[in-house]
Amino acid sequence: MRDDRLLRWVLRFYVALVFIFIFAPIAASFVFSFNSDRFPTIPLGSFSTEWYVKAFSNPEVWDAAWRSLIVSASSAVIATVIGFSAAYTDYRYEFFGKKAFLVLSLLPPTIPLIIFALATLGWLSMFKASGLTLSIIIAHTVLCTPFAMAIIRLRLNQMDPNLEPAAWNLGASEWVTMKNVVIPFTKPSIIAALCLTAAVSFDEFAVAWFVSGLNKTVPVMVLEIVTGNIDPQVNAIGTAVFIVSITLIVIAQVLIMGRVKKPETT
Amino acid sequence: MSSPLVVFDNVVKRFGTFEAVKRMNFEIREGEFLAFMGPSGCGKTTTLRMLAGLEEPTEGDIRLAGKSLLGVKPHERDTPMVWQSLALFPFLNARENVEFGLKMRGQDAATRKRKALDWLERLGIGEFAERDVASLSGGQRQRVALARALVTEPKILLLDEPLSALDAHLVIRMQGVLTKLQRELGITFVYVTHSQSEAFAMADRVVIMSKGEIAQIGSGRDIYRTPANRFVAEFVGRNNIFSGKANAGGLVETPAGTFELDTKPQHGAALSFVIAADVVSLSAARPSAKNTFTAQLISEEFVGSMVTLFFEAAGGMEVKVQIQERMLEGIPREPGQQLYLSFDPSHAHVLKG
Repeated sequence: MRDDRLLRWVLRFYVALVFIFIFAPIAASFVFSFNSDRFPTIPLGSFSTEWYVKAFSNPEVWDAAWRSLIVSASSAVIATVIGFSAAYTDYRYEFFGKKAFLVLSLLPPTIPLIIFALATLGWLSMFKASGLTLSIIIAHTVLCTPFAMAIIRLRLNQMDPNLEPAAWNLGASEWVTMKNVVIPFTKPSIIAALCLTAAVSFDEFAVAWFVSGLNKTVPVMVLEIVTGNIDPQVNAIGTAVFIVSITLIVIAQVLIMGRVKKPETT
Repeated sequence: MSSPLVVFDNVVKRFGTFEAVKRMNFEIREGEFLAFMGPSGCGKTTTLRMLAGLEEPTEGDIRLAGKSLLGVKPHERDTPMVWQSLALFPFLNARENVEFGLKMRGQDAATRKRKALDWLERLGIGEFAERDVASLSGGQRQRVALARALVTEPKILLLDEPLSALDAHLVIRMQGVLTKLQRELGITFVYVTHSQSEAFAMADRVVIMSKGEIAQIGSGRDIYRTPANRFVAEFVGRNNIFSGKANAGGLVETPAGTFELDTKPQHGAALSFVIAADVVSLSAARPSAKNTFTAQLISEEFVGSMVTLFFEAAGGMEVKVQIQERMLEGIPREPGQQLYLSFDPSHAHVLKG
């Protein structure tokens, strides 16, 4: 009995430690973003929103934020459409080379980012398509599609294989069934995929840095600021970026978990 | 009443080299309750799926009300089905599920709602119309599935093992619901099941299938009393099959004993005959009746007022006897007890082939 209790407390302490390890830097960045001192030292100076005011009055920041938004929204939508199609293909059809198709579809996240970024840059330059906002969208779509596919596939695997035939049987053609049955059934996973891929794209800097040229996204801009000097504006921008990303991920997580916990019984 | 609604004309279905349905020829009459029964893999579900258009026949033609169904897509047919898994749409409530078929036919929202509610009411679940289907019980969901299939007023309803997921007491209730509905609506029901009791309890005609072929078509009574062949006799529960050779006197010599039949088979002919479990008489002392043999009681199974006794006769043959419990008074029933069994020659049904 006693040992059990001790073990439980040790484990709780361990979990707490892991969370501190993960979130301490973010929390620090959050705290220092409201600190009046230029250097991140303790004791803190006074409370101040100076760095937020400075950051948000900089047109370059707005330019980058706007670009990030366009890139993440576009690549999320395109990746989710392609991911849905790939997941549905896997669900519905049997064909020669299906295993290979699946492996290839899920491969991009396993490639080291730097190699992926270099390869994409080389490939896009061949078509004179590097250094544009579009280049980032293309690269991020490739990077995000496997995530979208994996999430939607999880949901499709819970679908009764008779659900589509039941709709045909009641007079719905295949396209009508797609609209009235498959999409409503997978809707939570589609929204989850949109949120998660948007977050992945919004946070990604390595690939964006390689292919974006002068068209900086927020993470690329942050990277450039911190390589130059120490500027607490970065803390302010980082906090804003973190809030956007964590919101998207929490929405995605709630939608995915909500469905996995309550499978439809027959 | 008896004009054919559906005709299977030389229908063959192959999956690769596997022949799921082997040259099938038969008719389904208008307004009848027809059950397909057989072990899994016998082709009964494939037959139903061909009728719904979910499988195309490899050869032959299927006609519904005189029109060929070849190349007609599932959604262009009016052959609604009740699925084994029910296949209700989980993102719609009970009423919206029932409305689905009407919506696909372009009916307006008010008409759809009225018809759906009428059907839910008729099946006794009107109060659950706005409930999520996941929150309904098995029996209630079954009724939603039925309402969804019937709301478009089809001429034929297909049912694929619809009761197999229900508890035993609900199965009996739903059997009652189904037979009553079928009589009231006067439409054709085509019912696939592996359960003998479901098929016999509800169907006007039963089709017994084995390995892609029709083994016998007939009323439950015909199939039970006069099975067409050994497969049917064995598949249909409580039958005892005796196999032997006819002797010079026209009697059949089997390991369990020598028996007289109504017909005198030719000397030397090998044959099998069936004695249903409920036509065997039991006694403790040797009776004067014909066709008496002895067997040892092994075990018994008690179901309500009926008892099934399992015996071992000479030659290791298992014999089943089904009898009213009250008929067993005065007969010792210890396991291992030797008893006299007998049957009337007129009850023997000789199997062909």
